[in-house]
Amino acid sequence: MFNRDRWREILEVLTSNVGRTLLTSFGVSWGIFILIVLLAAGKGLENGIRKDFGDIATNTMFMWTRSTTKAFEGLPKGRSFEFKISDVQAIWDNVPNLRFVSPRNQLGGFRGGGNVVRGIRTGAYNIYGDYPEIINQDPMTVTSGRFINVNDINEKRKVAIIGQGVKNDLYEKGEDPLGTYIKIQGVNFMVIGTYKKNSNDGDGEEAQKEIFVPFTSFSQAFNRGEEVGWMAITAKDESSISILKEDIVNLMRKRHKVHPEDNRAIGYFDLYEQYNRVESLFGALKAVAYIVGIMVLLSGIIGVSNIMLIVVKERTKEIGIRRALGEQPWSIKKQILMESIFLTVISGMVGIIFGSLVIYGINSLLDSVGPVDMFLSPSVSVGVVGGAMFILTISGLLAGFIPANSAIRVRPIEALRTE
Amino acid sequence: MIEIKDLHKSYKMGSNSLHVLKGINFKADAGELVAIMGSSGSGKSTLLNILGMLDGADSGEYTLDGVPIKDLSETKAAQYRNKFLGFVFQSFNLINYKSALENVALPLYYQGVPRRERQEKALHYLEKVGLKEWATHLPSELSGGQKQRVAIARAMAAEPKVLLADEPTGALDSTTSYEVMDLIQKINDEGNTILVVTHEEDIAHMCKRIVHLKDGVIVEDKKVKQVRADQYV
Repeated sequence: MFNRDRWREILEVLTSNVGRTLLTSFGVSWGIFILIVLLAAGKGLENGIRKDFGDIATNTMFMWTRSTTKAFEGLPKGRSFEFKISDVQAIWDNVPNLRFVSPRNQLGGFRGGGNVVRGIRTGAYNIYGDYPEIINQDPMTVTSGRFINVNDINEKRKVAIIGQGVKNDLYEKGEDPLGTYIKIQGVNFMVIGTYKKNSNDGDGEEAQKEIFVPFTSFSQAFNRGEEVGWMAITAKDESSISILKEDIVNLMRKRHKVHPEDNRAIGYFDLYEQYNRVESLFGALKAVAYIVGIMVLLSGIIGVSNIMLIVVKERTKEIGIRRALGEQPWSIKKQILMESIFLTVISGMVGIIFGSLVIYGINSLLDSVGPVDMFLSPSVSVGVVGGAMFILTISGLLAGFIPANSAIRVRPIEALRTE
Repeated sequence: MIEIKDLHKSYKMGSNSLHVLKGINFKADAGELVAIMGSSGSGKSTLLNILGMLDGADSGEYTLDGVPIKDLSETKAAQYRNKFLGFVFQSFNLINYKSALENVALPLYYQGVPRRERQEKALHYLEKVGLKEWATHLPSELSGGQKQRVAIARAMAAEPKVLLADEPTGALDSTTSYEVMDLIQKINDEGNTILVVTHEEDIAHMCKRIVHLKDGVIVEDKKVKQVRADQYV
């Protein structure tokens, strides 16, 4: 294979008609270029969407109560019930492999009534009663002050962390909210921190307009007693919440005397399932990129195959001479195959290089214009490039196969007669 | 050296079958210089192609240097051609993007001779045909006579048992033809067996034996007094 004479001959043949060789190789370069750029674009989209998911613990479910739809143990259907704070401990005790179980209470909703007052300004925000762990499940950046801590919970302090949006509504520009008081449904809370959320999805505006207060003080201030509005439950990384959620929901049914087959009494949202759905979308994107890229590449390969056939035709006489001089058929076959593979791989490399340059260009453009929605640092991995090289070698082999066979099918005497 | 018995060959032309060789019996000993003559269509080229294992016979026996040549695979035929035979063609059939030296070295390459040795040997044969200074030239830079001499050097390079020349002077003027025949005679003088297909009387008489072919059969096989070509050069 690493035979000097053979390689010299390959170069001689391919450079004997430079224009034709370049045009042919362009087909292959173009195909692999498309493949690389499509894969990089898919990766960019993936990166962008992954960033939107942010640091949210994706192995998480949210669970809330609704009214029962089946009568059970003497209780009527249509009965409302609430989770209790003791349910949290029950979940910890009965379901293994959980990382966080955060009970939550909530006031308000999206663009709800004016429930927060500061001086003459009012606003409508979501107010959450939370435990400190929630920051791991619903990540946010504390931009000033601090988040809720255990002491706040234990001492039922009336403190609040407000979002950037809340601050903009209730405070003058440049005013420091720390240490000031806001009135939430008539109860004063001291602002001890501000946060910002990194979210690009639809509720981005709403996400900045939330107020977090300690769970215990929330319950006391707004008369929730032992009630829990909803829970955010995160599983450990090695187990899936989608599997654990059955156990959790069943446990809750049992504790609240809900019919075991009452599927609508307890509502939940499985983030992990959603996340997996997006993951499979990425998979589909990648498959589409590969299919389109390989299809384009295929037309390039057919071009190479065509040209190799023409080359063989042109060299029929030469092949005849070689065989008269005693060259073995397999040697001729090998020669044609190597020419084809060489041409394909070199053109493919050119395509890869140009693809990489374009990706580099896009990246520096993205860097200079700032972040773009749902698109971040398109790239291809070394593995993909290696895979592309593998595809190229195989396709070069395939492209050379028919011409190589036609080269040795001609009998030397017929080849010699060709003028 | 060469022995053929009752050789038949026909070509299919559509529905018709053209019987080209109709039972050839022929024998050539080592060191002979044989001219095969005949008008076009007499089957002389077909005979040479069969002798050169470029084409297969329909029936008959062919023995070359004691080896029966029969039912050869392409691979085996290539091996035998390389080992036993050297070819000289009317249209020279040099590979036009290779230099004279590379052309001569080609059969040695197929024998697997190492590069350095190959080039030395090729240069030696080029020197023998008087074209050492032209070793690096491409065929397009050579005259017809020079091309044929390169082709002869190439045929000799592999040191074959038999040299087969198909109209070696067919594309050359008479002076150049005599130069080429002079070379062929000298190679024969060294003891090589040579078969020359020609339709030119003067060229035929520069051989030691003339075989006349007509309509696929040998009509005449006579020894002649060799006319030396060097007297015309």
